[in-house]
Amino acid sequence: MIVPYTHVMLLGAIVFLMGMICTLTRRNLIMIIVGLEIMLNAAAIVFVGAGLQFQQIEGQVMALFIVAVAAAEVSVGLAMVVCIYRQRHSIDPQCIENSPRVPDPKAASEPLTLNP
Amino acid sequence: MTVYAVFFYIIAALIIASAGLAITRKHMVHAVLYLVVSFIATALLFYLLGAPLVGIFQVILYAGAIMVLFLFIVMMIRMAPGADRPFPAGHFIAAFGVCGVYIAAALVLAFFSGPEAGRPMAAAAASPAAFGFYLFDQHWLAVEMISILLLVALIGALHLGRAGRRKQSGNKEP
Repeated sequence: MIVPYTHVMLLGAIVFLMGMICTLTRRNLIMIIVGLEIMLNAAAIVFVGAGLQFQQIEGQVMALFIVAVAAAEVSVGLAMVVCIYRQRHSIDPQCIENSPRVPDPKAASEPLTLNP
Repeated sequence: MTVYAVFFYIIAALIIASAGLAITRKHMVHAVLYLVVSFIATALLFYLLGAPLVGIFQVILYAGAIMVLFLFIVMMIRMAPGADRPFPAGHFIAAFGVCGVYIAAALVLAFFSGPEAGRPMAAAAASPAAFGFYLFDQHWLAVEMISILLLVALIGALHLGRAGRRKQSGNKEP
């Protein structure tokens, strides 16, 4: 016998909340991605706990998919952070707004035509 | 209180403490290392909750591959120390107010949800073989979609890396 189901849910809620606080209050793109990771992790905890409570293996399958989606999300997210850092030499989210080199969404896709 | 419950509370305290340390560190390398501790503790929790294969994948993928990627990027990016701007106090009050309501609602739900929810869960474990058979028997389409998603993410990351370099070299020229 393990602990009651609600304790697993509470653990997931607390960890999710920590990730949300990190995402909302940090002014650093990498720490924002860290917060997203913590939130995904909390979702996986809740899925596995629910799978045990209802004696279904689906919860574990979903936890595995969450890990895979997190891997894809982190790879693209960190590539974007590196891209922003190369252009602005900062990873503060505000730098995108304040910088003179604000990339127009249309201009960013065809940078070669803009250069004289 | 059984030995499983003792293990659960120890692991839960470890997860919460290391995640809390991770989100408050100023230095990004410290934050990522605390996050590794948090993810390994989560893998132990998965093992305890009867998901050994998911726990192993958590260690290999999350605590291994993803966190090493984080460390690489953090070491690539040179950030000026103390560059983190302080968050406005008014926003903090609003954020923690919302969080407090959320926690209070969760606690109320937890303690007034009847005797059914207070009963401890039965311990059970899905063997890796059974899990694998179920995954590829019932969810083969989702597995294929995940593989395509990972391929798209790979191509996207490659494109973003190349686009950043091309733009930088293009800006240097004039």
